[in-house]
Amino acid sequence: MTESRLKPSPATTEQKLPPFAPGLWSREIDVRDFIQQHVTPYHGDEAFLAGPTERTNALWAHLQLLFAKEREKGVLDISRIPSTIVAHDAGYIDKDLEVIVGLQTEAPLKRAIMPNGGFRMVLTSLKTYGYKPDPAVVETFTKYRKTHNEGVFDAYTDAVRRCRSSHILTGLPDAYGRGRIIGDYRRVALYGVDRLIAAKKAEKAGLDDAWSTDEIIRDREELSEQIRALGELKVMAAKYGYDISGPATTAREAVQWLYFGYLAGVKEQNGAAMSLGRTSTFLDIYFERDLASGALTESQAQEIVDDFVIKLRIVRFLRTPEYDDLFSGDPTWVTESIGGLGDDGRSLVTKTSFRFLQTLYNLGPAPEPNLTIWYSPRLPEGFRRFTAKVAIDTSSIQFESDEIMRREWGDDGAIACCVSPMRMGRQMQFFGARANLAKCLLYAINGGRDEVSGEQIGPPFEPVQGDYLDFDDVLDRYERMMDWLAETYVSAMNVIHYMHDKYAYERIEMALHDYAPFRTMAFGVAGMSVVSDSLSAIKYAKVKVVRDETGLVVDYVTEGAFPVFGNNDNRVDHLAAWLISTFMEKLRKHPTYRNAKHTQSVLTITSNVVYGRATGNTPDGRRLGEPFAPGANPMHGRDSHGIHASAASVAKIPYRDAEDGISLTTSIVPAGLGRTRDDQITNLTAILDAFFGSTGYHMNVNVLNRDTLIDAMDHPEKYPSLTIRVSGYAVNFVRLTREQQLDVINRTFHGT
Amino acid sequence: MTAPGDAVGQDGAPALEAKNEFELRVGLSRNVPEMTIRTGLATGEIGFLHSFTTGSAVDGPGIRLVAWTAGCMFRCRFCHNPDTWTMTNGLPVPFERAVEELRTYAHGLRVMGGGLTLSGGEPLMQARFAARLFAAAKAMRVHTAIETNGFYSDRLSDAELQDIDLVLLDMKGFTPEQHEQVSGVRDNQRVMAFGERLARLRRPMWLRFVLVPGLTGIPEEMAKLAEYAAGLGVVERVEVLPFHQMGAYKWARLGIDYSLEAAQPPSAEQVEAAVSIFRAAGLNAC
Repeated sequence: MTESRLKPSPATTEQKLPPFAPGLWSREIDVRDFIQQHVTPYHGDEAFLAGPTERTNALWAHLQLLFAKEREKGVLDISRIPSTIVAHDAGYIDKDLEVIVGLQTEAPLKRAIMPNGGFRMVLTSLKTYGYKPDPAVVETFTKYRKTHNEGVFDAYTDAVRRCRSSHILTGLPDAYGRGRIIGDYRRVALYGVDRLIAAKKAEKAGLDDAWSTDEIIRDREELSEQIRALGELKVMAAKYGYDISGPATTAREAVQWLYFGYLAGVKEQNGAAMSLGRTSTFLDIYFERDLASGALTESQAQEIVDDFVIKLRIVRFLRTPEYDDLFSGDPTWVTESIGGLGDDGRSLVTKTSFRFLQTLYNLGPAPEPNLTIWYSPRLPEGFRRFTAKVAIDTSSIQFESDEIMRREWGDDGAIACCVSPMRMGRQMQFFGARANLAKCLLYAINGGRDEVSGEQIGPPFEPVQGDYLDFDDVLDRYERMMDWLAETYVSAMNVIHYMHDKYAYERIEMALHDYAPFRTMAFGVAGMSVVSDSLSAIKYAKVKVVRDETGLVVDYVTEGAFPVFGNNDNRVDHLAAWLISTFMEKLRKHPTYRNAKHTQSVLTITSNVVYGRATGNTPDGRRLGEPFAPGANPMHGRDSHGIHASAASVAKIPYRDAEDGISLTTSIVPAGLGRTRDDQITNLTAILDAFFGSTGYHMNVNVLNRDTLIDAMDHPEKYPSLTIRVSGYAVNFVRLTREQQLDVINRTFHGT
Repeated sequence: MTAPGDAVGQDGAPALEAKNEFELRVGLSRNVPEMTIRTGLATGEIGFLHSFTTGSAVDGPGIRLVAWTAGCMFRCRFCHNPDTWTMTNGLPVPFERAVEELRTYAHGLRVMGGGLTLSGGEPLMQARFAARLFAAAKAMRVHTAIETNGFYSDRLSDAELQDIDLVLLDMKGFTPEQHEQVSGVRDNQRVMAFGERLARLRRPMWLRFVLVPGLTGIPEEMAKLAEYAAGLGVVERVEVLPFHQMGAYKWARLGIDYSLEAAQPPSAEQVEAAVSIFRAAGLNAC
């Protein structure tokens, strides 16, 4: 098998490898301490990296054929066995070619059903792709076993149901796995499963003296489930011929052990985001030891990382077309956090941080795993420049502020999904989708009636009177409508997470957390820039309402000019900041399930289109159905002063009131970054240094090529802030005529 | 929709936001009294700006704030901003207001290795405003650059030139005939003299040359320009800017005859050939 390809074999290596120095990490479960004691920060550039091996190329080529078939059919195949950690037999892409093994089912890209989250979603998905469910499974989940989805709807209030159907609350995780929980999969490698089981047993024994309240009973049951899941993890690994009861020794084993932990997670949960954590620097410690002892070459080290990343790229979940519509495509958000600094100021960038990024060259660009740089201007220059280069070449990585997140969540945090930070193994979040604040503003104007359907959704306040909107009057109504929305939203979230814990508990992911982790409840908002521009219009221009025959305000005529978000103009930027802080304040008034800390995100990287579709005309001039801007972005085409100005506007959103993340997507054409390639790398590094050296939180750098520019002609909302720039001249792409756009495309990419 | 303000903002100060920066801008100072214009020009109390943008990576080193001034004495046939030819097309911006806006970006500009670039139009048509703005920028420790055709360079004193960290000198042609053919102005001695003055003062400059096949893409012309530039000893970089047609619509909308309707942007090979002429003279060209 594969061992023979890695010389010398693990058995002989084991004897030669020096043991890791003991410390706090060897007495307690503390991966961070292990990293701090053993990390080898790397200050150089990318010159040492190795390309793909023949084996990697062959394995990847094999998968290309399967990807093509999958694209054709929507899904390649579906296993109708309800998935658990041990439900499926061992599966391989090509056993002889794999350095790291393990698949979700017995075949690559074959998707599993996970009914505990919601059986309805399983049935719909099967039907969509022409599969019939196993009658025994149908009987089980309709007669004998209730799911999370059913539990939630048993306990939803009438107000929550109304909000769901009117889309003022959208994307609630009430029909499938909630996700956004990151097991500390590194623990499997560092400690082996037996040690983790012993620690969990000790945690459970510690509760024997506690009185059996609801909370303690639930904790004891959860711990028992965690211990059971760890046992199953060993069984799963054994199917692949591995005994993972003890710690990993070699680098390849460390990757394999860690991946088994993650694999168990994605076999049992189809969460909206199934993120990996912060693994590259941890794994580097093993790679460094193997390389130092001569057990590995750089090419072999890269080969292991490439193979691991291949596995992460083929994680699949069975979902409905509606879900894909909401999230644009088939995302899994296997987010890996790379880089950052330690509390002591040392860089946590290692050679393996580079190796993970190198997979984007060796295997080609891809959105998964979602490689996320914890960026600080204090990171080594070689790494900062390499990340800029990778962003320009592949457009496949995102950047987040190490400075802000480390201050808040420590130096061993990781991102779940796109922007949600949490301490590894010590913290989890209850994920909560988004409230549509633009729609809420329209409800305030219409006394709780939906501007599209005309139905009474919110509390029946008196609608605005008169022909013109008055700023103070609208603000007063808006505050009251947000009070109601916040209350309904928290109530919905409490129900969802109560039922998820009860019917679809993340046994293995939580087994890789400390007992009683810190919990956040992550609320989200959509439509921030639509609301701030609308409020600005009401305040600085004159907004006349247009009513239909039932008295419903369905449109607005705005007379005069008003400042818009994204131009570094405090008059409107402060309205956006006010909005975020105000809604957060209102959410905090309502206690959460398990006393989770309220947090909020300004995210919607892809679902801005769907939110916009369900929202009527707004006072800023946006038309019914027109997409919102993504995340905290200015509305497309309205930021007319370049990236420094728009980023400055976004950086004014206070992180303390949006601790689950503030997202900025920016679009760049390589030529706009500088005239030479070296200039481009230098300049993107400079932009990142400035943004993350101030209060910037997150930046998606969308570096466009010819195909994406053509897409931008039809979908301007997907490419915000897209400026085409040549010396002495700048145009906002979405505002050009079609001929001009085509001219730009031909000019920018001529000869390619 | 009602667009963002292009009129007057808070406290009566001109709002610097353009409706959008590439849209044709015409007659924004139409109603400014002649006296105010004259006094403004003489003192630099008021600048006439076409627009400004942040985040530019192609108008000097680093990431820069670029302000385009209105008014130019050349009529270059390849110009992509002909609406900047006339001063009254610009928005009148009090000097203090411009400084206030620059200040909000000063820190970021320093971090990003960038600075302020004044382009145009021809910034030296408003030499007093330009000089004051550069002095203010230097007081904030912001790097300064001017993109100029050099024709009015004698309006800046040697001391004022010290406030300009980098001159981006646009050269239209080497022989007077060619210079006239391209820009409508025959006398390019003043441009050449400016380069020599910068050389004497040891002030760094970049040379910019717009490559239009059939108009400027003449090897002998470029070779002479290259020889001249190399002889100055202060030219850090030569940028060969490929001609494009994105400004063509402005000519049409302004009702000016556009002679380059049929001109094609240069191919990558043509750009490379031009670049190599400058490199052959020992210049750092791209």
